[in-house]
Amino acid sequence: MALTIASREVNGVAVLDLSGRITLGEGSVQIRDAIRNLIGKGQKSILLNLGDVNYIDSSGLGELVSAYTTARNQGAALKLLKLTKKVHDLLQLTKLYTVFDIYDDEASAIASFK
Amino acid sequence: MSRSVRERTETNPVSESRTGRLCFSLTSTMESVAKVEAAAEKLAAEAGLDEDERFHVTMAVREAAVNAVLHGNEYDPAKRITVSFENTGAALVFTIADQGKGLNPETLPDPLAPENLLRGTGRGIFLIRSFMDEVHFRQLHPGTELTLVKRLALAGKKA
Repeated sequence: MALTIASREVNGVAVLDLSGRITLGEGSVQIRDAIRNLIGKGQKSILLNLGDVNYIDSSGLGELVSAYTTARNQGAALKLLKLTKKVHDLLQLTKLYTVFDIYDDEASAIASFK
Repeated sequence: MSRSVRERTETNPVSESRTGRLCFSLTSTMESVAKVEAAAEKLAAEAGLDEDERFHVTMAVREAAVNAVLHGNEYDPAKRITVSFENTGAALVFTIADQGKGLNPETLPDPLAPENLLRGTGRGIFLIRSFMDEVHFRQLHPGTELTLVKRLALAGKKA
């Protein structure tokens, strides 16, 4: 299933609700464009909701890392919300769990940006 | 691979046999990666692997196919990837070969090293090695062949 991204704002935080697969050719470019668009508008707080993402390949992991570093380099913060078990396991295996700020609860995630 | 075999395997890539060796010759496209991924999922399911093991095997084979198409053949329409799948009864054995410049696995940076954690690339081979029981590299001059093995005994299932 191709990736879909829905954007909303909660208390000044841009929340991107992702659904589908993040793989080479299926979602990587969409995430990159969405992040750049938000940062271009001056958004400093970005939360990626991965609750409906069941599959990420190595390219998708790389894209999440690139999104994180792109945001950080522009003085913005990018955090992750609601990992599925498969995505959680992949982030642990690749030690990216130590890189990202990850939340299970949206309210806590939103509050963490303040 | 002969032209006749290539045509046959392109049009009917998945055999009904549980123990037969399947061979594909495919173009260097993401559509080919999707075909290989679907066929790996089918073979893993037929072998009785549980959901996690199927996910691991399918992802490893997909990563190898992406490497072959993207890094090996660099989407060159004149180059093909050759893939074989086999359930030997004791293991699932996958080979994925490209016609690219060759890959020396010894030179790949460790994606878990602190200085590499924030790199946007370089995790594919690591994932393959993490998810399979054996991974072998063979230089084809030109190209690289990866052999991926998932032992069925370790997966807790009989073939």
